[in-house]
This record gives sequence, C-alpha cells and structure tokens, in this order.
Amino acid sequence: MAQHALTDDSTIVVIGSGAGGGTLANELCQKGFKVVLLEAGKRQSPATFRNEEWFAFNQLAWLDKRTTSGNWRVAKDFPNLPAWICKTVGGTTVHWAGASLRLQEHEFKARTTYSAIDGANLLDWPLTLAELEPYYDKAERKMGVTRTNDIPGLPGNNNFKVMYNGATRVGYKTVHTGRMAINSRPREGRSACWQLGFCFQGCKSGAKWSTLYTEVPAAEATGKLDLRPESMVMQIKHDASGKATEVLYADKNGKHQAQKARVVCVAANSIETPRLLLNSSSSTFTHGLANSSGQVGKNYMRHTTGSVFGIFKKPVHFYRGTVMAGIIQDESVLDTKRGFTGGFELETISLGLPFTAAFLDPGAWGADYASMLEQYPNMAAMWIVGEDMPQETNAVTLHPTEKDSFGLPIPNVHYDDHANDLAMRSYAFKKGAAVYNAVGATRTVEVPPYPSTHNLGTCRQSEKAADGVCNKFGQTHDVKNLFISDGSQFT
Amino acid sequence: MKRREFLKTGAMVVVGTAVAASGLVNAASAAEPIRKLTTLKPAEAETLLKVSRQIFPHKNVGDEPYWKVVAALDASAQSDPATAKMFAEGVAQLDSSKTAKFADLSSAQQVEVLKSIEGTPFFQKVRSVELQSLYSDPEVFKALGYQGSSYQMGGYIHHGFNDLDWLPDPPEGASPKPA
Repeated sequence: MAQHALTDDSTIVVIGSGAGGGTLANELCQKGFKVVLLEAGKRQSPATFRNEEWFAFNQLAWLDKRTTSGNWRVAKDFPNLPAWICKTVGGTTVHWAGASLRLQEHEFKARTTYSAIDGANLLDWPLTLAELEPYYDKAERKMGVTRTNDIPGLPGNNNFKVMYNGATRVGYKTVHTGRMAINSRPREGRSACWQLGFCFQGCKSGAKWSTLYTEVPAAEATGKLDLRPESMVMQIKHDASGKATEVLYADKNGKHQAQKARVVCVAANSIETPRLLLNSSSSTFTHGLANSSGQVGKNYMRHTTGSVFGIFKKPVHFYRGTVMAGIIQDESVLDTKRGFTGGFELETISLGLPFTAAFLDPGAWGADYASMLEQYPNMAAMWIVGEDMPQETNAVTLHPTEKDSFGLPIPNVHYDDHANDLAMRSYAFKKGAAVYNAVGATRTVEVPPYPSTHNLGTCRQSEKAADGVCNKFGQTHDVKNLFISDGSQFT
Repeated sequence: MKRREFLKTGAMVVVGTAVAASGLVNAASAAEPIRKLTTLKPAEAETLLKVSRQIFPHKNVGDEPYWKVVAALDASAQSDPATAKMFAEGVAQLDSSKTAKFADLSSAQQVEVLKSIEGTPFFQKVRSVELQSLYSDPEVFKALGYQGSSYQMGGYIHHGFNDLDWLPDPPEGASPKPA
C-alpha cells in the first residue's frame, strides 16, 4: 500500500470508504491518481465478523452520539440512534442487505412529475436516467448483481416462499428473489451465497458485495491507495481563492493531522457529510463550506419504511438465508389513486431473535410481548421501502451545545413525517398484511421504522446553485475542487 | 464522548462485552449466582430476578438465563456507581409499593407495580439490559426456536433455508434452484 506524504498536495483525499467513497477511491487509483482514503472506523474482515447481532452491532455500527427531534417515531424509540449505519472500512456496504435497484425515469423529475406538494421541497435532478444508465450497467457488472449480466437470481428461502405465495394470491405480478449484489454462484474470487442469514452483521462468506473486500483491495493493488482507518475527519480547509486545500483529521491515536489535497471528495453518509461541511465554516464561508444555497443538511430523507410481520400456524424459520430474499415490485409505480405520490417496494426482511425482541415493538414488555416472541419460528416478515418527500425542515444541523470527544458539535437529525409518507406507510402496512393473510397468518404486526439505514439528500444536486449544494457530478457549486460523493447528493 | 452516557438514554442500550462475559455464569440454584455478585446485595438480586421474570416472562425458560440477566445488571452496577445507586433505590421503591415486599407479591400485583414505574430510568435500564442478555442466551434461543450462528455449519444452504413444505414452491423464474 502506498504512503503519501501529508504535505503532498497532488493527492485526492476521499473521506469515507463505503459505497461512494470506496468505489470512487478505486476508480481513481485505477486511473493512476494518488488517493488518501480517510476512514473513521477500524478495518474488519469476514474472519472477524460474527453471526451475533449485538456483537456485530457493537463492532460495526456508528455509535457516536447523535440527537434527534421531530415527530418521527425513531426519535422516541431511539433518541440517540437516528441511523443504523457503519463506522468501519467498507462503511455501510458491510451492513447492507445487497438489494440493487435502479431509480425510475420519472423519479429523476420529481418536481415535474409530482408537481408542487405542500411542505415538500421537490426538485428535478439535473441528471437523467439515460445519462446514468451506462454507470448503472457498469456498477451492476462490478458488483455482480443477480438478474443482470446473465447472473442467475438467488434461490428463495422460506421467508420468500411465504411472500411469493401470499403476493401472487392477492394479485401481485412482479415477485421474485430480486436484483441482489450477492453471488448466486462463485464470481471474481468470491464464493456463492451460503444462506447464512447474517447479511446485516457482515457477510462471513464474502458472497455479498462490500467495498471492504472488493474495491478497497483492488485500489490497494494499484499501489496508489493510502488507506488510513481510524481517522476521523474534523474539518476541510480552503485558501484565499476559495479552493479546498487540506483536510484536518484525528488519527488513531487522537493526534491531529493535516493532509494536503488537490481535490477533496466527501462520502461520509448523509449525516456526517453535511456535518463536516457545517463544521468547516470559515470567515469566507460563514454558514459552512459550499453552503451559499443554505441547503447543506436540508432535505434529509430516510425512505418511508416500516415492517409487516406475519405469524403462522406452521414454522417458517425466516432467519435462515438471505435477509432480503425477495421483492414485490408492483407498488413501485406512480399511481396517485392510492392516496399518495411516489411508490414503494416490499422486500422480505428477517431479524435474529435478539433483534426481533429489540425491534418488534420497541419498549414493549410483559406477558403479551413474551408470548408473541414465543411465536418466533413461525414468523415471516417484509420491509416497506418507499420514496419519502424532501422537506427543507427535515435537516441535519449542528447541536447548539453538545460536542464530541474532538470538541466538534454533534449532529442533530430532525425529521417530521410528511402527510404523503404517512399515507404511503399506512397503505403499505395494509397491503403487507393482506399478503400474509392470504396464506393464513394468524396475526400480523405493524412494526415501526428501525433507525435509518437509507440516509439521503442532505447535500443535493441541483441545476441552479441557489437550489442545492452540488451539480450532477457531485461537484459543489461553491468550491470547484470539493465533491459530494455519496447519497447526500440525491435530489 | 463517553459511550455509556449515550447508551443509557436510548431504548436501544448497548451493554457491550459485559453481557457476553457474564454469560459464563453457571448456576443450578440461587446460591452460586448470589455468591458471585460484586455490587448488588443478595436481597436486591433476588428481587431483580423476579422483576426480570416479569418483564419478559417465558414459562419454558428456567431461572438460569434470568440469573445471567441479574449478573449483567450486577456488572453494570459495578462499572458505574450511579447505576448501582439507581438499582438500590429502584428495588427499595418496589419493596415499599405495597404492604408486602415485591418478591412476596402475587404475579398480578408484581405486574401492577412494574406498570406504575415503567417510565422510570430504573425500569428502562433493567429492561434494556435484560433485552440484550436474555435474548442472546443460547438456552433462550433453544427455548424459542432460534438456531443462531450458522457459519460453523456452512450456513443454512444445506440446513433447511428452503424447507418450508406447507406452501407450494415458487416457480424457477421467481426463485431459481440453488447453484
């Protein structure tokens, strides 16, 4: 692995090693650029992962304190854990379930398609599906997404059998084991899926794509990558002309370091990315770096989610095999007759007993709850994942008083459900229950959202500099050598 | 920041390794776990055992996993004097809620007393420590029908991931056969 000097101002500094940063670092290294990849977490491997939910959570999750506000239920159930994302090399690609969906054409033109919606800060992307398609193709090939590139689908598990039968009985047509970045057969040095059932805990078989053991080692092999784990970035500095020049971070010993850079790419996920820009305010950029629009941290989205659990007379053992083992896609269409705009997917989900007990009804206790948990082997479950409305008031902001161990303000995540989100969730809960009732559920349970794993929109793309933070390349409107390189740029 | 501070407040409380370590307690009766206590008094431990049996009551689970919950509470009290004080005061409050001590109340009365304090930090702490300890316990896995870690047997690919037989198999287009 390369070691680039702190004073080397020809390096490109990438902050975060997950889906955005890990991939970008590799692409840059393949083209011969010198890259310093700063990652806040430690480096694990399939050998150090464990099939234990609490152990893995403590090993992988981002647990630095955050606060919450707003009327979303996460603020009540998990007031200091708004997001279930990772602090480790590979970022949240270590935790994700592998579902690999493309945006639909109309979703890039949200403002035009949905027109004005009260309280929603809708905007068309400056990017079209046609422009993005070649990159989707490339990503699917690299990640080995099933049902693309002649890669067969994964075999469905018991949880999917229940979903499939219920879904087809209520009339859904597009129901299958999904497009998953999980090998259905050995590919590019990684094994086929073992159906371990621990996708969320770090895949011990390596069948699930993660930058940890694909993009990062590929970048290392070029001799161009200088990966620095346990490096928490604190601030991005700029010169008098307004160009980013160096990145201040605390290394694994807590010592402050300054890395010079020709270009800085921020891929720290949609809470830390805006937090870093806001914490990088200066006498030139008084409201935060790249924030002349005032949109840094705004329009925070987390997908409209929730789960439906079905309890049956006979065993399902839904924890066996891939967590997102199948999908119902019929509801992802645009059809405002349902009482809301936008669409949603229904995907199977499974949790082990420890997390089922934690999430099925957060805070519950007593005989009724215990007896419900005793039905564990007979449970099936699905997760709702739908488009939520961008709202300017849903925002990541700096906490006015609380600071982290580096002396930096911690982030607050404010989220109010939009009426459209509530209508969609309510409709999806009913549809999910109907699927399970069609195959004989004795009981269905509406499970509230987990801490957010899909965090989006806090440094969004826009055609005009006044409407957002970056252009369609992720390049910030205000600072030409500063890029947003993660889901924060979703419009 | 201090991790424990954050973890105390949320419904999802992270105990870390204390739970795993305390999982080694091997008690056939109350004598052994009580002898191993570091911070809780024996009477407090006995009461917390009853409390934990009411919070997540599983008739088909013996006392041993619940004693491990008490051991986890003890470890938590040992590591933080404020927590130890909260437990002592919480137990004292439970014992003074009715004319008899908590342990001597009927099951229905115990539930009633716990309902009256379910919003307190004491109850929330006991519940969240118990949630993580009890439902991570191999004996509870067995009693509730969860097989847990599958890596050691090569996953569920050859161990029943698709063995459900009370519904028809989906067609191959929707669910291809395993490679």
